[in-house]
Amino acid sequence: MTLLSLTNVSASYGASQALFDVNLSIAEGEVLALMGRNGMGKSTTVKVICRLLRHSGGQARFAGRDLAGMPAHRAARAGIGLVPEGRRCFAGLTVRENLIAAARSGPWDMASVTRLFPRLAERQDQVAASLSGGEQQMLAIGRALMTNPRLLILDEATEGLAPVVRQEIWAALARLKSETGMALLVIDKSLRELSRVADSAVILEKGRSVWQGDFADLTPEITDRHLGV
Amino acid sequence: MTREHLLNTALMAVLLLFPLWAWATDEPFLITLTTRAVILAIAGVGLNIALGFGGLVSFGHALFFGLGGYAMGILAYHAQTYTPVADWPMTIEGTKSMPVIWLVATLVSGLVALGVGALSLRTTGVYFIMITLAFSQMFYYFAISWPAYGGEDGLSIYVRNGFFGLNTMDPIQFFAVCYVLLAGVLFFTARLARSPFGLMLGAARQNETRVEAVGTRPYRLYLIAFTISGAITGLSGALFADLNRFVSPVMFSWQTSGEIMVFVILGGVGRVFGPVAGAALFILLEHVLGGLSEYWHIYLGALLLGTVLFARGGLYGMIAGRAAAHD
Repeated sequence: MTLLSLTNVSASYGASQALFDVNLSIAEGEVLALMGRNGMGKSTTVKVICRLLRHSGGQARFAGRDLAGMPAHRAARAGIGLVPEGRRCFAGLTVRENLIAAARSGPWDMASVTRLFPRLAERQDQVAASLSGGEQQMLAIGRALMTNPRLLILDEATEGLAPVVRQEIWAALARLKSETGMALLVIDKSLRELSRVADSAVILEKGRSVWQGDFADLTPEITDRHLGV
Repeated sequence: MTREHLLNTALMAVLLLFPLWAWATDEPFLITLTTRAVILAIAGVGLNIALGFGGLVSFGHALFFGLGGYAMGILAYHAQTYTPVADWPMTIEGTKSMPVIWLVATLVSGLVALGVGALSLRTTGVYFIMITLAFSQMFYYFAISWPAYGGEDGLSIYVRNGFFGLNTMDPIQFFAVCYVLLAGVLFFTARLARSPFGLMLGAARQNETRVEAVGTRPYRLYLIAFTISGAITGLSGALFADLNRFVSPVMFSWQTSGEIMVFVILGGVGRVFGPVAGAALFILLEHVLGGLSEYWHIYLGALLLGTVLFARGGLYGMIAGRAAAHD
């Protein structure tokens, strides 16, 4: 069953159009990789899905509901969880407070989040601003999980992290997929890691979705043409 | 125990022991002075919920302070003149009961804060400051032109209102009532600050978009905070009017809003006990410097400038160090 669908979605920042007829869909439990070079519209697409930016054309639907006119907080309550680019935890709050503040009823709570990321349990009384980059990323994912989303969006979740921490994050995503069946929309540059979790992919180029299909069907020619530098 | 907890304990101990010492040495004026500090501290703690935790720079909290004062004044005036407050649609009698007056003051101030907040919070920044100021000035001029309750001259209440089993005309007993209320308000505020609501309010102050992204509407958070803030400030207004046995439109004036803001800034914005320290320092300066010169506000202004420029965490920031966003 389709959870999220964008059909010919366009969006602008003021007079500057950033998205042109973007199409993608995610089914329940599916992991979709949203790919593209820098500045191609990946984060803008995420903003549209999370209602941090209104789309100006096309149709966006989530769990059968039209997202047009829906404010960001309602989209989050409807089940769209976001791990934003650059982590963006609540810097002045402790780990525990970051998690409690975002909590909504559902299977994800402090215990299950700290089981996924045991390091958060060790740091629970530490202020978020004093955590390492990797720990902040785990906290950002944990915070999004505490909202008990049906779709979790991760925007460059492993960017700028040490390799060992990246592995921890990828392992956590793999567990999310296998153990919870949660739908994921992942933006990342690592094709190798994406190939381990993603079921399908959409490639954006200059604000347009230029390729979509099963991740297994991504050939070197396609990635070279659309993702090569 | 952190340095901040030690400071909180010391502050509350001084506020309790000083009037006890004044009572033992028969200095009722000093008890009244401390009672004034305690009551104004409640107003500061109230404003701090909006200003410190929510980042809402309200320059109109005198509105709620005045409403609390007039709630007490009107109810007590009708009780002492044996006239009803209203005849229609039902007869509402006045009262000299403190708990009833507190309840009315808190409810009225909270409800008005809800209405004022619902409109004002649609604006931000300097517009929010101006619209809150405008509301309080509106009530100020209304009170001036309301002859039924004294107009510009205000309204005198001959006997302080009553509280079960206490002689509230006795300064130390009235102080005890106010001190317990301050402690209750501080306990509530501390719990609020650490609740998911309080945490989210602090988070919204840091970044509204992130709060929206986790499913909370910042406007709703701000409105609840503003309402609670107004209700607590209203309680303080009722106590202040009872202390002086007098209410006047000055309680609604922008100078009063400014003074409440000074308590918060001097003590430490966003620190639960900050406004208590700020109000105590303000009263101390008013008493000491006011005895030296009638232009004591100049020194207060210099102190405030120094605090804003060099000690932005206020007294608490200087002594207890930097706080977490919610402390």
